[in-house]
Amino acid sequence: MRAERSVRRHLTVTMAAAVLAGLLVLVQAELLAGVLSGRFTAAVLAVLAGVVGVRALLAWTQGVFAGHTATGVKSALRHRLLARLRELGPGRLTAHRSGELVTLAGRGLDGLDAYLTGYLPSIAVAAVVPLAVLVRLFAADLASAVIVLVTLPLIPIFGALVGMTTKVVTERQYRALSRLGGHFLDVVRGLPTLRAFGRARYQATVIRQVADAHRSATMRTLRVAFLSSLVLELCASLSLALVAVPIGLRLLGGSLDLTTALLVLLLAPEAYLPLRAMGTRFHASMEGVAAADAAFAVLDDAAGSEVRSAEPRAAAEVRPSGAPEIRLENVTVRYPGRDAAALENVTLTIHPRERVALVGESGGGKSTLLHLLLGFVQPSEGRVLVDGMDLREADVASWRARLAFVAQRPHLFTTSVADNIRLGAPSASPEQVRRAAAAAHADFVEALPHGFDTVVGERGANLSAGQRQRIALARAFCRPDASVLLLDEPTARLDGRSEAAVVAGTAELAHDRTAVIVAHRPAMIDLADRVIRLHEGRVVSDTALTPTGIAPSDGTTTPAITTGTATPGVAGDREDEAPGRGQGAAGQGDRMEDARTADARTTDADARTADTDARTADTDARTADARTAGADARTADDRGGEAAAASRESGGKR
Amino acid sequence: MNRVMGKRLVWAVLAGAAADLAGLGLIAAAAWLITRAAQQPPLAALSVAIVATRAFATSKGVFRYVERLTGHDVALRAQAGTREDLYQALIPPQRPRHGGADLLSRMVDDTEAVQDLLVRCLLPAAAAAIAGLAAVVIGLTILPVAALVLVAGLALAGVLLPAGTAAAARRWSARIAPARAALAARVADLVHGSADLAAYGADDAALGKALAADEALAALERRQARVHAAALAGGTLVQGLTVAAVVLLAQGAGAGSVGTAVLALTALVAFEPVLPLAAAGERMAGIMAALRRLREVRAATPAVTEPAAPAPRPEAPLTIEIDDLVVRHAPRPAPEGSASSTGSGSAPEGSASGTGSGSAAEGGGVPGEGVWDDAPDSTSSAGDGGAPGAASPTGGAQGEGLPAPGGRPAVDGVRPAVDDDRPAVDGGRPALDGVSLRLTPGKRVAVVGPSGAGKSTLLAALMRLVEPESGRITVNGVDLRELDGDDVRALMTGLTQDPYIFRATLRDNLRLAGPEADDDTLRRAVRDARLEDWVERTGWDTELGEDGRTVSGGQLQRLALARALLYDPPVLLLDEPAEALDEETADRLMSDLLDVTRDRTTLLVTHRLKGLEMVDEVVVLEEGRVVQRGHHDELVAVPGYYRDLWESEVLTRR
Repeated sequence: MRAERSVRRHLTVTMAAAVLAGLLVLVQAELLAGVLSGRFTAAVLAVLAGVVGVRALLAWTQGVFAGHTATGVKSALRHRLLARLRELGPGRLTAHRSGELVTLAGRGLDGLDAYLTGYLPSIAVAAVVPLAVLVRLFAADLASAVIVLVTLPLIPIFGALVGMTTKVVTERQYRALSRLGGHFLDVVRGLPTLRAFGRARYQATVIRQVADAHRSATMRTLRVAFLSSLVLELCASLSLALVAVPIGLRLLGGSLDLTTALLVLLLAPEAYLPLRAMGTRFHASMEGVAAADAAFAVLDDAAGSEVRSAEPRAAAEVRPSGAPEIRLENVTVRYPGRDAAALENVTLTIHPRERVALVGESGGGKSTLLHLLLGFVQPSEGRVLVDGMDLREADVASWRARLAFVAQRPHLFTTSVADNIRLGAPSASPEQVRRAAAAAHADFVEALPHGFDTVVGERGANLSAGQRQRIALARAFCRPDASVLLLDEPTARLDGRSEAAVVAGTAELAHDRTAVIVAHRPAMIDLADRVIRLHEGRVVSDTALTPTGIAPSDGTTTPAITTGTATPGVAGDREDEAPGRGQGAAGQGDRMEDARTADARTTDADARTADTDARTADTDARTADARTAGADARTADDRGGEAAAASRESGGKR
Repeated sequence: MNRVMGKRLVWAVLAGAAADLAGLGLIAAAAWLITRAAQQPPLAALSVAIVATRAFATSKGVFRYVERLTGHDVALRAQAGTREDLYQALIPPQRPRHGGADLLSRMVDDTEAVQDLLVRCLLPAAAAAIAGLAAVVIGLTILPVAALVLVAGLALAGVLLPAGTAAAARRWSARIAPARAALAARVADLVHGSADLAAYGADDAALGKALAADEALAALERRQARVHAAALAGGTLVQGLTVAAVVLLAQGAGAGSVGTAVLALTALVAFEPVLPLAAAGERMAGIMAALRRLREVRAATPAVTEPAAPAPRPEAPLTIEIDDLVVRHAPRPAPEGSASSTGSGSAPEGSASGTGSGSAAEGGGVPGEGVWDDAPDSTSSAGDGGAPGAASPTGGAQGEGLPAPGGRPAVDGVRPAVDDDRPAVDGGRPALDGVSLRLTPGKRVAVVGPSGAGKSTLLAALMRLVEPESGRITVNGVDLRELDGDDVRALMTGLTQDPYIFRATLRDNLRLAGPEADDDTLRRAVRDARLEDWVERTGWDTELGEDGRTVSGGQLQRLALARALLYDPPVLLLDEPAEALDEETADRLMSDLLDVTRDRTTLLVTHRLKGLEMVDEVVVLEEGRVVQRGHHDELVAVPGYYRDLWESEVLTRR
């Protein structure tokens, strides 16, 4: 990689400059000793000044190139980390704590600065300079050189000993720090909730406790880590005393000249300094190294689990034909660390242009099914076929290009509303964006301070839930070429009127497309040709609501569609749009009057019983039996005619 | 900073200075010893120097160890204190100025600044100053001229250079901080929005944006590295030239070999603690900015003014009266906009005055998303604008809180998190415009209306999270503004919008609403919230994920409901309890809820009308006004919003 080569070059220059500067210190000492002892004339001070100048230049070079190295390495790591995050995809990303990942990619990697700009050059200096000093000392004065030679190794030995004991502790401390950051954010984010239950003030003490724990853990680390620097400092300064005192005595005896003595005094500390500097920088960079380890852990983790999905990357392009047929064959999905399968042995076929509503209790596997179709999760067993092609062998991007998706809690990006809407169609014109917004009934956008150019706050902070949902829906509308529509409870957070409006828009959107809609609300379910009920990962009923031409084989489906068609678009009246296919504008008031009859209630009860039957029926819900039961339920519903609509309400009215 | 920490800080400074002095003494004594020995005096003349050399050598390491340990301890305490202060400042209800990822990086970084300030700036600077002074004193005793040169050199390297780097760093960090924030936001988008990005094939584009942000940051960091490099070079230069100059002067003045050597070596070593100050100067810019931001957060005016002497908390049974309530959302203040309000905000009385309007006014002037509103009367000064608003809650007598002609009491702190109806919907109009409501003990009132009607604002006003512009809310005749905000929320709370799931066990997540609750009580709350199956499946001690991501929308909602039921406030507020639930569960939940809340004072915000015939009064809000009120049967009987909604609901149900 070109980037990595240039990083290496920058690092080499950095280290070379550092080493050269270190060696020049020897020259400087030589000159100074000569001048001080009177061997050199004062004119030599000019040379000394020159040497100092060169050292300054080298220091500048080292600083600049160290900066290049650090940014280069961080960028490279960040690239790989972010690319990996994308590859991990939404399915596995949830396993990581998102706050920690964000910290890691930013501040965490900045911790590497100390390692790259401080520790690495100091290693080079420590490898070269003490050796050079020793050589010079041996040439100058054997006795002093021996003292230095004997004491010098104590520094790396002690350093290594202490370093080994602190490594584990330092790593633990980094994790504690990361947890502390996560905890603090968690609490601050949840502050409204804490406030609502009068726990906000109490939590302050928890924050203090966590911080106190963090402090005592850190201090325990430091007590040991600084002990090493104490030993090193003692080694160095005592050695200096060990060198200086005998030299003085030998000078007294006349067996040594002053120049040599001064040179030894000036040089001896320079032998220890690089090693001590290396030790200090090592400790300073440990946090960064721990950060790098965390980054590599994410990369490795990904690499490990990637094996399975990476191998058949034949990446067959999914042909952008019309609405595809989607077939699930004995699909089981298991999430790591969970016993129960999220989907278990699901087999079903979604025909082109079929509109399927997925219903069932929360946690039943509806969202997993959507994520499966999106390619966020892979089947543990079985396979998903799109027009006969295994999705696992397909090129995910070209498949997703055919999808329009609205998540349960869509993420809004810190950018303009318009950009949020054209997420899946970056080239969409402002007019198309406007139309998409209108179709999703996101008319509030016009009223925003800057209309479509209004920047959405972080995580859509300045928009209401319903508004966020409608912007996400507009995203789907802004992808007119999508042939498959995947919606995860698009109306879950809307009030009745906006719901009706969105339902109308969705009906339009679903036209001529294959649609899979996770639905809770009946208005949405009404859009469907077929309702699939999931319970604990299994399909427990599969009911066709309308003859789609690909009628179920058992053929017992009664035209339950009547419920839908008879539904007048009352809600839509004010919006000038009829919800669903309900075009029959029935009257308003009179329908309500006798809706809550005993008859209706019984009907409802019947329907429920039938439904329960369906659920308890053989798990392969596609057996004729279950389907008939479901169909019966529909029929029963239908018998109630328009009153059936009100029957639910009757449950509440006593 | 408290006294204990101040004392520790002094000790740390003293220990640091002692270590530096020992280093200085070691080299000065050794230099004296050697040069004096070369003159071959009697041995006795050297004995003091020999002892001094050894003593300095031994003590240096010990002092350094003490300094570093004490310093870090102080720093960590200071940091913990900063975090706690910050959190305390966030406790009073206020509009969050910045969210999620930004908050994380900023809070963690900013609170660490305090640690940096102490350990890396203040401590070393104080110690270096003392050591430098000592070197100058040594110089003075030998050769005053040389001492002057030394002073100049030390001042250059220890004052001017750090000042220069600090200024340069300030300029750079002003450019780097936004780049860093942009990167964090892009990374957060990648992490939190991975599902949306993947589904829309926009992940490449988003990754590209993140990498571009990284490149922008790297370019700035590279250029910033030059400042560091220049400082490094400058320090080397000043040190070398000062030593050369000192030697030149000493030799010219005939200071003798002993004096010259001591001067030269003292000068050389005196720079050792001084040179790192340039790097400290670089840090200062970031540190000061961080501290300023923290101060700003602390000085932010709460959304509501707490009374100086709160009235005693009224005892249940409670009668709540809302009388002609008007709430207007203030424009969103810009994050940096409140800098000037810190002055008045710090005074205890002043914090209850108009700093809010001051910052709001400034915020309104900042381009971008700051302008949600026309910032009414933003020309009024901080003091003027806030005075009328402040007078009423504290004085009590003027309880009406009439808006003064000159300026309305602007409210800084509308909470978008709980707010369904952002001012974004409509710039100028109040969120609540003259709402009156009476809630007697045991009475249940439902509030319905389209999103943006003011339903959630009404709850926020009841929970004392927003300041009313006019009108009042009383509890048993006591104005809400005379009560402690926490007391208000102890009386009236429940299920708020956007409930938060903490990174904690399921049990702890529940128990935050009832710390003393035993298992039976917990189980009952869970049962009433229809969550027991899920709890059994999940397990009480399962850690719930960040953002409640491993918790589906419906489960989250029910968990929040369980909390509300567990807390059991005298007045139960429920904001869309059935939101995001599947139809069946929602119906069961609502009917159970209406059972559980029988004879309990309850305010229910909902858009589901089913079952509302059981509540005592239904209030229909539209655009902040009550457009209809009465019993369900009465409302259904007359044309209007309620009947429209009812019919659309009945007809979309089956």
